[in-house]
Amino acid sequence: MENLKQVLEALLFVSEIPLSAKKLKEVVEDVEETCIEKMLEELMSEYENRCGGIIIQKAAGGYQFRTSERVSPWILKFKQGKPLALSPAAMETLAVVAYRQPVMKSEVEKVRGVDASAALKGLLEKKLIRIVGRKDVPGRPIMYGTTRRFLEVFTLNDLSELPTLQEIRELDEE
Amino acid sequence: MAYQIKLDVFEGPLDLLLYLIRKHEIDIYDIPISLITSQYMAYIEEMKSLNLDLAGEYLLIAATLLHIKSRMLIPAHEEEEAEEEDPRAELVKQLVEYRTFKEAALNLGAVKLLGRDVFARNMVDEACSGGSDRPIREIGIFDLVEAFRNVLAFAGEDIEMEVDLEKFSLSQRINEIMEELNQRKAVTFEELLGTKRNRKGIIYTFLALLELMKLRMARAFQADSYGPIRIFLAVEEEK
Repeated sequence: MENLKQVLEALLFVSEIPLSAKKLKEVVEDVEETCIEKMLEELMSEYENRCGGIIIQKAAGGYQFRTSERVSPWILKFKQGKPLALSPAAMETLAVVAYRQPVMKSEVEKVRGVDASAALKGLLEKKLIRIVGRKDVPGRPIMYGTTRRFLEVFTLNDLSELPTLQEIRELDEE
Repeated sequence: MAYQIKLDVFEGPLDLLLYLIRKHEIDIYDIPISLITSQYMAYIEEMKSLNLDLAGEYLLIAATLLHIKSRMLIPAHEEEEAEEEDPRAELVKQLVEYRTFKEAALNLGAVKLLGRDVFARNMVDEACSGGSDRPIREIGIFDLVEAFRNVLAFAGEDIEMEVDLEKFSLSQRINEIMEELNQRKAVTFEELLGTKRNRKGIIYTFLALLELMKLRMARAFQADSYGPIRIFLAVEEEK
């Protein structure tokens, strides 16, 4: 396929979510996944070298067109929206969910020492966390976990890219 | 009162304790409990005098501190001393854990966030793109109850006949609704009731919806007071 790169670029352009090489292969079919991956990497560095208003970013296991950080004030003005704002309470709650998932509300509250209902509700509404099930103990409490949207927003490919708690603790002990 | 002060510096009692520990350059594993207790109490007093809503959580930690202090004052029996744990151990464990997650949260927030620093194409709120231009507000249980009452008022009495009670299972109705939502993304309350216009059918649909809303799997929106109530999937299925 000689125009593979153009096709891939266009597919990324129209997609609303990050596209993985695997997903792209379903569309272009008779091309090796490694070849697609190589093309994507090439595209990525082309956009990077161009220093334009958009870049290609790897997130949630796929590739996605994003605006460059330098232009964000204008984007916000255009969209007339508020930037994604997460309070310290929301961030701490999200951190506990991310590292301890699947996790119950009571476990989050034990770590933070305060009620977690509002923070969890806010994170659910922002689709950063989701209900993953109920724990098989009396009362059947709800368990929470992070979403694919979480990976996308925090530019992670998977949860293993988070620094371990041990690493964070060592930073702290200094 | 002439003015009000909002002091929202601490994320909770543990945060306040960590602040005090840092401020006094105290080793977290060897907390001088008497000093910290008095400092903590002083803050609580100050918050009270500022007329702040003092959450119960602060008082819980205050009680814990006083309890630890009292236990440390009582001389332990010599034979018990060996096996008795440091009364501070539990609190220290909690503090260290909280500190770790606080750090982890800062770490998480340090990256370029989608929707704050960088943007992609899907920045519209998909839940509200229901077609109409009227502002749509999210409604609560009471609006749904109101709609339920209306429908029930129109529904006639059940025609008497032999009914297999198994026909109406709540979990089955929940599954049906979820399937419907998965396919169509949005349905109105009326549509969900559909042909099941007898009392039992309506009641089960209503109960199923309440359960789904409680589980936060579905959300209900309404454009104006007597307009149709639209039900959306709250959490999209992970792909």
